[in-house]
Amino acid sequence: MSIKEKQERVTLGFWIYLMTDLLIFAVLFAVYAVLKESTYGGVTIHEIFNPPFVLVETLILLTSSFTCGLAMLAAHKENKKMMVPYFLVTLFLGIVFLAMELYEFAHLISEGHDWTKSAFLSAFFTLTGTHGLHILIGVIWITILLIHIKLRGLTPTTLGKLTLAGLFWHFLDVVWIFIFTIVYLMGGVS
Amino acid sequence: MTNHKEEGTTSSLIIGFVLSVLLTVSSYLVVTQRLLPSDMIIAVVVFLALLQFVVQAIFFLHLDKESGPRWNLVIFLSTLSIVAMVIIGSLWIMTHLNYNMMPNSIIQDYIQYDEGISK
Repeated sequence: MSIKEKQERVTLGFWIYLMTDLLIFAVLFAVYAVLKESTYGGVTIHEIFNPPFVLVETLILLTSSFTCGLAMLAAHKENKKMMVPYFLVTLFLGIVFLAMELYEFAHLISEGHDWTKSAFLSAFFTLTGTHGLHILIGVIWITILLIHIKLRGLTPTTLGKLTLAGLFWHFLDVVWIFIFTIVYLMGGVS
Repeated sequence: MTNHKEEGTTSSLIIGFVLSVLLTVSSYLVVTQRLLPSDMIIAVVVFLALLQFVVQAIFFLHLDKESGPRWNLVIFLSTLSIVAMVIIGSLWIMTHLNYNMMPNSIIQDYIQYDEGISK
């Protein structure tokens, strides 16, 4: 089996993993949808939704998905000089996104709206927190790959590993579209 | 490994990015500026989200660019059917459960309230 064929199989396998991850998010979305009115007299999503803040978060993650795509394109052209800065921008935006999400959580908790206060807050923290945890893993993963490439160079093997990390990162942005829409925007309507 | 088809091109990435930004900002404006009546807003933002999902699936995830039998698309569509069952099924069962767990004395009031029937 050629390296390319082998890589295609690995990518398909990773895609199947992503689909199981999608099922985790689907279940968390279902839980959120069922529990979003169960506020137990506490805050509702409408009260904690800060529209400009969430819009900035969304655009940051979207831009990082775009720079990740540009980095992958450079990697496939074996253009390491272009690839590394694009990945560094992706990592930077990922970290900014995480920092904003942690700030939002810390702000909620400091005002007494932590996940123990109502079923709605539990579901909210679990859904957004699981996504944030994935972003953290993505940031660590891409960092390790960049160090790996610095040591080993851009070989078909390292390129294959990057392809999986890139797919993972795009996937997380797709999940965020639905968190942005279903949790925040739809919460802002009612 | 210089098969550019699988990773798209710079211009296709830019198109995907610009479309995604436009869709994000327009759904944001529809909600914050209250451009439509509220039940229509929900339908519109869900539609815009699905549209952005399709845009990213094509321009970022390259779901349309696989050669041979398109296994990743097949796996993806079967996963989506499970996702639909989980989400629609949960909501369906749980809203009914809300009624079924209520004491008989108040269930009539709730049904009348939810259905908009005035006494």
